[in-house]
Amino acid sequence: MTNTAAKPALQTVETPANAAAVSIWEIFLEFLIIGATSFGGVVPYLRGSLVTKRQWTDDKEFVEMLSISQSLPGLNATNMAVLVGEKLRGVMGSIAGIMGICLPGGLLMFAVGIFYRHHGDHTFITAALKGVAAAAVGLILSTVVSLSKKALSHNFDFVFIAATVIAVNRLHLGVPRTLVAVGALAVLFHHPRKAQKESVKP
Amino acid sequence: MNEIPALIRVFAYLSILTVGGGMAAFPEMKILTVDVHKWLTFPQLIHLYSVGQIAPGPNMMMIVSIGQWAGGILGAIAVLAAFFGPTAVLAFMVAKAWKKLEKWPWRTSIQRGLAPVSIGLLLAGCFSMAKGAITGTETAAIAVAVLLILLQYKVNPALLVLASAGVGILAFMPK
Repeated sequence: MTNTAAKPALQTVETPANAAAVSIWEIFLEFLIIGATSFGGVVPYLRGSLVTKRQWTDDKEFVEMLSISQSLPGLNATNMAVLVGEKLRGVMGSIAGIMGICLPGGLLMFAVGIFYRHHGDHTFITAALKGVAAAAVGLILSTVVSLSKKALSHNFDFVFIAATVIAVNRLHLGVPRTLVAVGALAVLFHHPRKAQKESVKP
Repeated sequence: MNEIPALIRVFAYLSILTVGGGMAAFPEMKILTVDVHKWLTFPQLIHLYSVGQIAPGPNMMMIVSIGQWAGGILGAIAVLAAFFGPTAVLAFMVAKAWKKLEKWPWRTSIQRGLAPVSIGLLLAGCFSMAKGAITGTETAAIAVAVLLILLQYKVNPALLVLASAGVGILAFMPK
């Protein structure tokens, strides 16, 4: 992060100097480390590793990539691996990134699945899992709250949130139809002229 | 008996639904893996998802367990490829186009419009999971405690999930 700020970073996909010679193996290894150590949510680990440690991207581009990852289907973690891998080394970089980030957790859950299948009905484990499942609900709710604080741009957005929940849980419309119907309405609500007016205060 | 084609179909479809996070696909995942294909029971799905929150990496790696149960090691690999392949290809293609669309006025509209819908999908997934996970006062108390702690303090969520396993043992072990 030396003098990249001085350059016009808008249109050109500027690669920082130290990203020029990143090998596929390095990409795989870095994402493997993230995949093995990112307990409790990947995003902070991604930033620490890609921006701070490796300087493969800067904060501005990182936030931009994250917002693309969030708007697209797919998990943030794997979408980020694809986007950063693509930026560094094209198709092979993407593949190295996504395989690296998935491998440790995948192997772990492979083993956990086998263990759970054989021992999941022990009273001791059932009791622990009851607590774990309840905690997971609290965890998702906290994600909902913090996302709402960060990502919403208008109070009316809460109506779209409610409409989505009702469509899926009460009307059983299914996720795809809900996504298309409520999504279209919400995008139209935030049509460009309105978005422009609001963009004064980001 | 070969479940691999069905696994691929189901998880490739679920892959497309994960707008805003893996939880968005949960209601559909419950219907397809539990009700339709009977690869596992609803409590088992909830348990695997929850244990998956302790594992590092992308938070839906529990799909590997489902693949392994239904189709062995090949099932696990098939599920991984089906679940992450389509969205990876999409992200790869959109990444370039999205940069070029920086000046396109509807770009902001799409981002702003999708935000509340993806939060709604997350919440819907949370509710359908809560139906199975919140079974009484104790579990509700654990969920609320985790929520409040996470909102108030900077704690690693994986640690809270682990701690809740301990609370679960204390609260639900038959005396």
